[in-house]
Amino acid sequence: MAFIEIENLVHRYEGRDESEPPALKGVNISVEEGEFLAIVGTNGSGKSTLAKHLNAILLPTAGRVTVDGRNTADPAELWEIRKTVGMVFQNPDNQIIAAIVEDDVAFGPENLGVPPEEIRQRVKDALASVRMEKYRDFAPHLLSGGQKQRIAIAGALAMQTRCLVLDEPTSMLDPVGRRSLMETVKRLHREQGITVILITHFMEEAIGADRVIVLSKGQAVMEGTPREVYCREQEMKSLGLEVPLAAEVAARLRRNGLKFPEDIMTDEELAVALCQ
Amino acid sequence: MISDITIGQFFPGQSVLHRMDPRVKIVLMFFFLVSLFLIDGPVPYGALTLLTIILGALSGIPAKIIIRSVKPLWWILLFTFLIHFASMPGRVVAQVWIFQFTEEGFWRGFFISLRLVLLIVLSSYLTLTTSPLMLTDALERLLKPLKCIGVPAHELAMMMTIALRFVPTLLQETDKIMKAQQSRGVDFSSGNMLTQLRNIIPILIPLFISAFRRADELAMAMEARCYHGGEGRTRMKALAVSGVDYGAVALSVIFLGAVMGASFFLKQS
Amino acid sequence: MSIEIKNVSYTYMPGTPFESKALDDVSLTVEEGSFVAIAGHTGSGKSTMLQHMNGLLQPTSGEIVIDGQALFGKGKEVKSARDKVGMVFQYPEHQLFEETVEADIAFGPKNRGLSEKEVAARVKMAMEFVGVDYEAYRQKSPFGLSGGEMRRVAIAGVVALSPKYLVLDEPTAGLNPQGRDELLEKIRELHEKRHMTIVFVSHDMDAIARYAERIIVLSGGRLVLDAAPYEAYSNKETIESAGLLLPRLTTLLRTVEAHGLKLNLKPKDMLTVEGAVRAIMAAKRPAPKAKNNQRGGKG
Repeated sequence: MAFIEIENLVHRYEGRDESEPPALKGVNISVEEGEFLAIVGTNGSGKSTLAKHLNAILLPTAGRVTVDGRNTADPAELWEIRKTVGMVFQNPDNQIIAAIVEDDVAFGPENLGVPPEEIRQRVKDALASVRMEKYRDFAPHLLSGGQKQRIAIAGALAMQTRCLVLDEPTSMLDPVGRRSLMETVKRLHREQGITVILITHFMEEAIGADRVIVLSKGQAVMEGTPREVYCREQEMKSLGLEVPLAAEVAARLRRNGLKFPEDIMTDEELAVALCQ
Repeated sequence: MISDITIGQFFPGQSVLHRMDPRVKIVLMFFFLVSLFLIDGPVPYGALTLLTIILGALSGIPAKIIIRSVKPLWWILLFTFLIHFASMPGRVVAQVWIFQFTEEGFWRGFFISLRLVLLIVLSSYLTLTTSPLMLTDALERLLKPLKCIGVPAHELAMMMTIALRFVPTLLQETDKIMKAQQSRGVDFSSGNMLTQLRNIIPILIPLFISAFRRADELAMAMEARCYHGGEGRTRMKALAVSGVDYGAVALSVIFLGAVMGASFFLKQS
Repeated sequence: MSIEIKNVSYTYMPGTPFESKALDDVSLTVEEGSFVAIAGHTGSGKSTMLQHMNGLLQPTSGEIVIDGQALFGKGKEVKSARDKVGMVFQYPEHQLFEETVEADIAFGPKNRGLSEKEVAARVKMAMEFVGVDYEAYRQKSPFGLSGGEMRRVAIAGVVALSPKYLVLDEPTAGLNPQGRDELLEKIRELHEKRHMTIVFVSHDMDAIARYAERIIVLSGGRLVLDAAPYEAYSNKETIESAGLLLPRLTTLLRTVEAHGLKLNLKPKDMLTVEGAVRAIMAAKRPAPKAKNNQRGGKG
């Protein structure tokens, strides 16, 4: 059994009209430990709903989600699951609980009943992992959006989380914050082997992923390596999604009659192909 | 700008007062304030005034800031003083219209006003030398024994922590919404009471909606980080009573004992 | 006619330990009819500068002049000069408060004291301009709309004031690519059809490249660059040291050139995908030899 198993997941929000289609209608995904998975889709595709199932913030209407063999619908497993899967949400302001950075990072381990000495060590390590040691005793409202998101990641790391689920973490950041956050995530994945599930609508962010799943209207409609997905430029566009700029330029050049490999994804690859 | 307001009046520092355990500070402060109401006579008052000045010097906080905490009460102090000055029977020193100012009244008014000043200054030492977070923490721990009679100590403290965290954020937000509505032609500075009141609506509604959205997202973020109330929770920063605190308690006991004794003894004789 | 910013400096919380200089001797003129972008990273002073443009903030030193009228004091002329500038804040949907879309958009015009008939006409006009259907949406609650729709309704609330100058603070922040492009198209229409002068703050260099005629870069409260986008992007060092990135397209074309394909780039070609494709095609001519598809594209 894979690390995270999503089987026939259906989710219908309570109180919504029965005639409306459910937010998720039968999604099957399995994620291996140590994988970097990107889930992309437009607004209303169900990607945030899916993310909230991964640590039992939402429970399936039908189907099943298991994390490390534990069923999210089992109340006895709740804290173990939430410890295993850490979440980073979209709005950097609304997920920092304490008025001092290090207190906020300590929040998770405190809830888990970790002894004070060990919390101190974990907080130190977590802040070092996201390169925010200097801001230990800062008030969160004095930090930039990107820094706040890195604090949110540190908060999950301090719980010794094995998987990070990031739900559109960069959509409220400026370009510099966006880049530093993505670098942090990729480094944590590479160096600490943390499983990363990145929900995003920025295709460039997903280039480094092992696998991309495209969600549309509550269903997984495309799946593959970023390269496999991005070369289906027309299909992506019909779903209201962009492809990375290099892939788009390549596709247009091909339509203009230029012979071109079909799997161009980065500027570098495009340049090499053009200069051959 | 509205977001310029800072919360509390904490004045960071490294003095003895800053280093004391906030719980000890709260308890000692409580006893000092109570003693203010039990003492009488120039000697005990003089001693407490002197102590207040010494503590102020120890705290390293500029006198200007300490005096500022008394300023808002200036009128109340004057009023208290005059009421007593004019209403005590005794040796009349001056007569204005129907008011008779007496010598006894002067001293009574003086001591009552002094008591008020000491009350304010002493309690401001607590808030000036203790960060709001430390205060919250101390209150949670001091209230803990009351849990068995149903005082939700942890919950109260958690609410205060979150409030402290979000006050700056919401102030920034209020500032922005006010400016946005101003740009749509709302004039906050003129008009009668009714228009002024009506002008608050375009600020309050968006602010409430935003606060609730934040609360909702925050609750989710807290749950995602395994928050499930105070049960089984540990704290990274344990409050610890240290040598400074033992010293402060011992000196305070001796001092208060002496002042109370003197006050009682002088009254008897 | 123009918005003139003359030697403006602004200091937050002067005389306190938290004193900080948000703007430092900034001068620029926004000509009537132009489409100007102001770029800079978080804390560069760009939002502070916008708030000077309709008198929400008073400069610590220097002055703001709109169509010849200095924004200073409380006179009638000052008020009508301020009213020429419509201001859309960041995340403007957070200022919605009325029960219906129609009532919310009417809020501004009503405050200006316009007649009911005029207000209704303005609402209709504004909704059409932001692309929200009047009949279908006017009675809806703004809080039941999607994020992109709420954003457009909020912008309509400012457009309904018929400002001569429309100033927007990061109008596309938090929108997905589709919503972003739609909104920018609507803003472009306002510029072209209504001849509204547009000033928008953004750190999205791709959007700036595609839409703005002129880009102003702020860094640390100072103006560091003021040029046409295609000129600005040849100034890589200045842009990057201001905490911004070059547009993706510029970076891509640069990479191609660095690999040895000589592109004869006209300024315009650098700003749109179509232009870039045209330039590459011109440089490339039909490929001499078809390259095989070794990596197997279809997944």
